[in-house]
Amino acid sequence: MKKLMSMLLAVMLVLACVGCGSQKDGATADGDVKSEGVMTYAEYAAAELDTEVVVETYVQAKQSWWEDKATVYTQDKDGAYFVYNMACSEEDYAKLTPGTKIKVTGFKGEWSGEVEIMDATFEIMEGNYIAPAEDVTSLLGKDELIDHQNKFVAFKGMTVEAAGQDENGNDVAFLYNWDGSGQDGDDLYFNVSLDGNTYNFTVESYLCDNTTDVYAAVKALNIGDKIDMEGFLYWYEGVNPHITSVKAAN
Amino acid sequence: MRKALKRRFMLPGKAVRRLFSVLAAGSMLILAGCHGKEGLQAFVIPEGFDESKEYEITFWAKNDTNKTQTAIYQQAITDFEKLYPNIKVNLRLYTDYGKIYSDVITNIATGTTPNVCITYPDHIATYLTGANQVVPLEELFEDGKFGLGGSEVRFEGPEKEEIVPKFLEECTFGGHYYAVPFMRSTEACYVNKTFVEALGYTLPEKLTWDFVWEVSEAAMAKDEEGNYLVNGQKVLIPFIYKSTDNMMIQMLKQKDAGYSTKEGEVLLFNDTTKEILSTIAPHVKSGAFSTFKISSYPANFLNAGQCIFAIDSTAGATWMGTNAPLTDISEDKLVSFETEVMAIPQFEPENPKMISQGPSVCIFNKEDSGEVLASWLFTQYLLTDQVQIAYSETEGYVPVTLKARDTDEYQDYLARCGEDDELYYDVKIKAARLLLDHVDHTFVTPVFSGSTSLRDASGQLIENTAKSVRRGQRFDDEFVEKLYDDMISLYRLDQIRGAGGLAFGKEDLGSLPATSVILLSALGAAWGMILLYVAFRLIKKKQGY
Repeated sequence: MKKLMSMLLAVMLVLACVGCGSQKDGATADGDVKSEGVMTYAEYAAAELDTEVVVETYVQAKQSWWEDKATVYTQDKDGAYFVYNMACSEEDYAKLTPGTKIKVTGFKGEWSGEVEIMDATFEIMEGNYIAPAEDVTSLLGKDELIDHQNKFVAFKGMTVEAAGQDENGNDVAFLYNWDGSGQDGDDLYFNVSLDGNTYNFTVESYLCDNTTDVYAAVKALNIGDKIDMEGFLYWYEGVNPHITSVKAAN
Repeated sequence: MRKALKRRFMLPGKAVRRLFSVLAAGSMLILAGCHGKEGLQAFVIPEGFDESKEYEITFWAKNDTNKTQTAIYQQAITDFEKLYPNIKVNLRLYTDYGKIYSDVITNIATGTTPNVCITYPDHIATYLTGANQVVPLEELFEDGKFGLGGSEVRFEGPEKEEIVPKFLEECTFGGHYYAVPFMRSTEACYVNKTFVEALGYTLPEKLTWDFVWEVSEAAMAKDEEGNYLVNGQKVLIPFIYKSTDNMMIQMLKQKDAGYSTKEGEVLLFNDTTKEILSTIAPHVKSGAFSTFKISSYPANFLNAGQCIFAIDSTAGATWMGTNAPLTDISEDKLVSFETEVMAIPQFEPENPKMISQGPSVCIFNKEDSGEVLASWLFTQYLLTDQVQIAYSETEGYVPVTLKARDTDEYQDYLARCGEDDELYYDVKIKAARLLLDHVDHTFVTPVFSGSTSLRDASGQLIENTAKSVRRGQRFDDEFVEKLYDDMISLYRLDQIRGAGGLAFGKEDLGSLPATSVILLSALGAAWGMILLYVAFRLIKKKQGY
């Protein structure tokens, strides 16, 4: 029995080392090798709403923690999972650094088009993976974009358009809240265009507050600027990317 | 365009742990007060207002993610500062009552509360756990110089009698006025009349629960391809309720069933509640009913022709209907239909009952009584006709003063219902009229420290029932029993049950714990021994030993 246990521990150690190795090169994940009873992304995507889902995934960003509930963006090699209000102590929330592998058990839900895991619990596992930003610029305005929902994505070479007007009637490049009703610290909304089509993007202030680089970058935007962006492909009655990085287009 | 997503990410009423932390902190404040440590003294109205002194006050305001409302606050501040150049008002905007509540609680602990704050009476009850934190207003109301209609007030505010008595009464608890009403709303049922009639029904003069359930179930019929017959779409939730705490509270009130006593005794977990949940459960199962928390804003479904009965606040009226000035869904999803604005469904339509809600304003106490007086003057300014009328016209709110309501300006606004789809948007004005016509049928729930948690629990009963049924769980007695236990535990309702109204200012702390009694007795005994020893030494010294 002791020999068997030793063997098992050795195997687990080797597997853990393999996981750590993949973390360092950042290119691949062990996310496609799922544990017993854990769904692949394809199985998750095919699951009916309101059914229980179990996934192994990797934290990409934390959006909020509130009274033992955490909302996080997660992703594995095959797809992304938005985990909404997952049971999580403040202590555990601190452990959810980008790349952390977690096993999430919850229910699949949909809220205004956003497919997510609700009422979930989780456990931290060995493994680490940070998803590279996938360029989905060419998919803007196309039906296929929804297949990338919640992924960490990139939009390149887009032009800043007027988001609205200030109190003097001048065009402005961003608004606090969707209609300009907010103030510093609130969500930022801005418009960017490509090939004659305009899209509305958001800096979600719980995900990136007013101390972050992206918040400052959006506040510094000028109409006509060409920019590259990264962020998470959130959905609310249509695509509503939560932007985490803005840079001048190359 | 996007609505206030924060409403979802920061759902109000989740502040259970923090609530009880502040209760503990509040108790410490009370104890500190009892033991003579430095704390806020009760506010006393100063003899005069020192105009040579500069006052800077903060105003935490809530808006409905509405630019016009923000502009009205800013205009009110500008106008007020012109009248009182030595008072500067700093505005901090919120779109969520829950966030204000949470931030106030945090700031009570650090002594950095705002001066003037939009809030709910339920929340004030928690703030009151800290002694002298919130200023009682009755003496200020009556003050000859600075009170309502006072001789030294520089604007024409309302007299006390000109505030709608029912709304003012909603701000009293623990024997004091702790707030003034700012705006009032109720809930309305926004009905897709076109679909109701397409299903072969005629809207009654007053909605009943039976009618709404019956039509909702009738709408679930599909064609062979899985499209709903009534809308030809794959998606339909005939009945969506935004605020399930209001749903439960109003259903219980309509049935004359228990919710809580004024003293804070919890009565929610009763047989009528169970009966209500057992009525809702099958409609969740059939797909005829859902909630905001589970699905999304009722307005999004209503305007897309995917909902027939959408219940939301009258303060959400500008989002409702085909021609709504505000919308979150894209134009290609909008469906054309006739919107009817009706009172919420009733069990006894001849005796309607509906919630009264909307923002109130409280004033936080400060060491400088002049600063509090400045806060009170600004609070009064929010009750002037210009602020009341302008703000009420932004949504289906109604002014809280009879004075504002009786103005030609406001009457003209009501009369022009439907003239355009902006200021005179018919659904919005009909929603406001709904409340104006039913003020006497409105009610509020008792306010006590912990009433916020009870309200949250009442909604969560419906939410958990709905989620569980959707997930295939069986709804039976065992389920309800466990649900009740879970809610009592989650919201710590066993800690407020029978507490007898709880703390308003300095509460009776009751008898000391045994350990404290032993400790104090030991200290007393030690001091006794020391004194005896000193006396013994003195006597010995006197006797020359």
